[in-house]
Amino acid sequence: MLKKLHSQNKAQLVLGLLAGIVFGFLLQKGGAAKYDVIMGQLLLKDFTVIKIMLSAIVVGMIGIYMMKGMGMVELHPKPGSIGMTIIGGLIFGIGFALLGYCPGTISAAVGQGNLDALLGGLIGILIGSGIFAHLYPGLEKLLKKGWFGDITLPEYLKVNVWIVIIPLCLIIIVFFYLLESVGL
Amino acid sequence: MMGFLTLKVWSPYLAGAGIGVLSWFTFLLSNKPIGCSTAFTRTSGMIEQTLTGRSVADQPYYQKFPAKIDWEWMFVLGIVIGSLVSALISGEFQLRLIPSLWMAQFGLAFFPRFITALVGGIVLGIGARWAGGCTSGHGISGTMQLAISSWLAVILFFIGGVFTARLIYYGFGG
Repeated sequence: MLKKLHSQNKAQLVLGLLAGIVFGFLLQKGGAAKYDVIMGQLLLKDFTVIKIMLSAIVVGMIGIYMMKGMGMVELHPKPGSIGMTIIGGLIFGIGFALLGYCPGTISAAVGQGNLDALLGGLIGILIGSGIFAHLYPGLEKLLKKGWFGDITLPEYLKVNVWIVIIPLCLIIIVFFYLLESVGL
Repeated sequence: MMGFLTLKVWSPYLAGAGIGVLSWFTFLLSNKPIGCSTAFTRTSGMIEQTLTGRSVADQPYYQKFPAKIDWEWMFVLGIVIGSLVSALISGEFQLRLIPSLWMAQFGLAFFPRFITALVGGIVLGIGARWAGGCTSGHGISGTMQLAISSWLAVILFFIGGVFTARLIYYGFGG
C-alpha cells in the first residue's frame, strides 16, 4: 500500500480536492445534482439516481475487492446498529425528500447555481449537524442498541467475497435490463 | 473529447461507472472511501467556534470529528467546483431560486421552498450523522464494500424518502 502517500497531509488535502472535483463533475453530468431528478427518483418516476448508484457500486466493488486481494488497499466498512442505522436512516430519508438533495448532491447543486440548495438546504444541513453534535452525548446509549458493528456481507455469510460479488453484479445488471425494458 | 466533456448530460451508467473508478483511486491513493456528511459536522464546529468564541474540542462529538479541514472537507469543496465547471462548459449554469418540479406543484413563491429546504436540511443533517453516513458514504462507498450497515442504511434512506416524497407531492390520499 502507498502508506507514505497516505500520511502526507498536504498532498492528501490536494488529492481530496481533486477527487471532489471529479465527483462533482460526474454528479452534474449524470443529472444527479438536480432536484427534479432526485425527487423523480423518490417519486419512482425517474431512475437516474439508482442507476448512478448501482453502476458505481458494481464498478467500485469489483475494483476494490480485486485490489484488496492483491494487498493494495484496505477496507473501511462503517459500523452500524439497529438504533443507529434504522432510526438514522429513516430520519435521513425524511430530510432527503423534504430537501430534494443529499449532502453530496447539494454541493453539486450549489455549483450549478441552485439557490434553494445554497440558501436553504446547505444552511439547514450545517444546523442539523450542529444539533446532532449537541444531542450526541444523550444519544450514545440508543445509538449502540442492537450493535452489529462493521461486518460485511461475505463475513456474515462466511463465504469467499466473490460468492457475493458475482451474483450481486448479475442481479444489478438484470435490474438495469428490466428498468430499460419498461422504459424507466 | 472536448465535445464529450461539454455535453449537457451523460448516461447515468457512465457517470456511475466513473464514480466507481474514482473510488478505486481514493482507496488506493488516499486510503479513503468517498463520503460527504462529516465535512458538514466539521464546518458546524468551526462556525460554532467562531460564533461563541469557545473551542468545541471538549464536546464528545467534535472529539470524534474535530472542527478542522481534512480530506473529506476538501472533497466536498471539490464537488462544488467540479459541478460548477461541468455546468459552465456545457452552458447549464444558471442561478435558479426554485426547481421546476417544485414550481409546477407549489408555485413561484420562494419562501415555501426556502423553508422546506431549510427544515429538510436540518432533518437530513441530523439523520446523516445519526446513521453514520449519507447517500455517498453509506449509499455508494459502504455498499460497494458490502458493509451490512450501509445496505441497511440505504434501504431505509429510500423507504423514508419515497414515503415522504409521496406525502409531499400526492398528500395522504396518494
